Amino acid sequence: MVDAIEVSHLVKRYGELAAVNDVSFSVRAGTVFSFLGPNGAGKTTTTEILEGLRRSTSGEVRALGLDPWTDATELHRRIGVIPQDFRFFEKITPREAVRYYGELFGTAPDPDRLLERVQLADKAGSRFDTLSGGQKQKLGLALALTNNPEVCFLDEPTTGLDPTARRAIWEVIRTLKSEGRTVFLTTHYLEEAELLADSVAIIHHGRIIAAGTPAEIIATHGRPEHLRFQAAPALADYLRPKLGLRVTAADGRVDVELSSKADALRVLAAVEASGLPWASFSTAQDTLEDVFVRLVGQMDEGTLKSEGAA
Amino acid sequence: MRPRRIAADFQVVVRSYLRNPVALFFSLIFPIILIALFGLIFSGVGNSPVSVQVLNLDHNSAVSQEFLYDLNQTSVVKVQFVNWNETQFASLLGRNDDPIGLVIPDGFQANYTARTPVAVTVYTDPEDAADSGAVLGAVQGVSNYFNLNASGGSEIVTIEQKYVGSQVFSYIDYLIPGLIGFSILTSPMFSMVDVAASYRKEGIFRQLSLTPLTRAEWLTSHFLWYMGLTIVTAGIMIGAGLVLFGAHVNVTLGLIPFLIVGPLFFVSLGMLAGSVARTPESAALIGNIITFPMMFLSGTFFQVSDFPPALQSFAHILPLYYVIDGMNQVMLFSNTTRALTDLLIVLVGSIVVFLLAIRFFTWRDE
Repeated sequence: MVDAIEVSHLVKRYGELAAVNDVSFSVRAGTVFSFLGPNGAGKTTTTEILEGLRRSTSGEVRALGLDPWTDATELHRRIGVIPQDFRFFEKITPREAVRYYGELFGTAPDPDRLLERVQLADKAGSRFDTLSGGQKQKLGLALALTNNPEVCFLDEPTTGLDPTARRAIWEVIRTLKSEGRTVFLTTHYLEEAELLADSVAIIHHGRIIAAGTPAEIIATHGRPEHLRFQAAPALADYLRPKLGLRVTAADGRVDVELSSKADALRVLAAVEASGLPWASFSTAQDTLEDVFVRLVGQMDEGTLKSEGAA
Repeated sequence: MRPRRIAADFQVVVRSYLRNPVALFFSLIFPIILIALFGLIFSGVGNSPVSVQVLNLDHNSAVSQEFLYDLNQTSVVKVQFVNWNETQFASLLGRNDDPIGLVIPDGFQANYTARTPVAVTVYTDPEDAADSGAVLGAVQGVSNYFNLNASGGSEIVTIEQKYVGSQVFSYIDYLIPGLIGFSILTSPMFSMVDVAASYRKEGIFRQLSLTPLTRAEWLTSHFLWYMGLTIVTAGIMIGAGLVLFGAHVNVTLGLIPFLIVGPLFFVSLGMLAGSVARTPESAALIGNIITFPMMFLSGTFFQVSDFPPALQSFAHILPLYYVIDGMNQVMLFSNTTRALTDLLIVLVGSIVVFLLAIRFFTWRDE
């Protein structure tokens, strides 16, 4: 399979500050790639360099085999972009907007069909300034599709949307993938990435700190499966010497990490034998979000420590 | 430059504009308001004769009546007879709305017939030097004529009056090209500066940069819109001037090049000003700094030839001056050579500013 996007040793400096510092990753054609990171981590800068909107300081970047900065005109014919917080001419309706883009790209999309795809057909004749945030975002998505793009860049497409609107956008992303397009999804919502993405990269302080499929990242950086009890920390103190397993207590919960499935029965027996009160139990596995929070947290702690040492 | 993309963008510009009732109101009604307002304020200035309060103490003698008749015929002076007491004449005159007066002394006819020198008295108004001077000149002229007659001489040097051009123009005639120039300047300048700054802030330029639309195409479609708007506005202004004030202007096709090149210049200049600014606020400031001097000093409301010399020289570096001067040549003086020179200056300037605007106006960041 071919790579739609290749980034190697990308650096973007603003004066002294390196917003993106030696970043490398690739995205296979026809997959959904999710680019994650806290605010100010370098996500938008990297994405804009890939879109040909910003120039890199050094490193190699290829999108559809093109240099995004020098071949921007050619690239823009083959990609679709919805920026964060999509804005458009206030007095223009979605139907007119799609026709406009169609004329600019020299494609002739059927506006009503395209708007139906993004579930905006009922607002096809309403002016942009009367649309809700979700509807505006959907128009952005429709416009990004007018040129039948090979790669779609979606920059936080669901931020600020209600759950129904978010699900509608997810559906469109799944359809895009099923049509063989590559989707480059930037998001704050880790469940969204876990749900939609074939591969993920987490960027923090301008560097990639984890990359792979969501399952790979969880397997590499996540904790093992654990049993979770609603109980006071006293239970954790009781269990720790008895079991020889890692036991943690926080937020009114006690988590016991399991090294094998069989451990579960041993843990339950010990809890029953303790005579201490507990409310309910469940099995739990780290989500991408747990891993993300831990990785970012560890890195910030590390930064603070090294700064303190210096 | 693809006509198809320019047409598509032009459609968006027109729709955005037509769906904004406030903008539409200002574009179409404002010209009429301007013409009506300035026409009413200044109409009649410099045309009507000066009223002069005349006290004839010579008992309406034939010679005094002839003197006053001739004075009235100059069309500079409008004689108004009063019966004031001679001793109170000056003070009553001072309280009058038209405080310029003339007293014909008792014995005017007798003295004139006897060839004895006799003086008429002219009271002038120090606060209105222009009118006072005009009245003095008229009285002097009539007196000379009477002196000549009395000594049995005849006129050797006579004056034949001719106007520059073919006719005499009133304020409203100058006002029409001036105000067309005003709208050529203001409507593109104010909105292009705003558009340049706010579209960048809102990310609309970024959005457009991801399409095949080029900056030159974008600027061209905006130019086409303001050109159309200018032609309609000029039509409204000329119509209002003709209907409301009976203006005397030539309405010829020669006006059209100015209605094309003028907007090209100021659409580009507005875009350039908006592009070099970093924020919408500073863009508005830069726009105002460029616009305001031109708004008043290019011959919009006042003729440049009435300015002091230093200000005239300054006016000659303002691009709008050449737009308005060119329209004056076409609409009033029928001076084709000078109109073409003005047009050439504006055209060259427009091309330079258009190219600069495209150079400095960037969709994307480095």
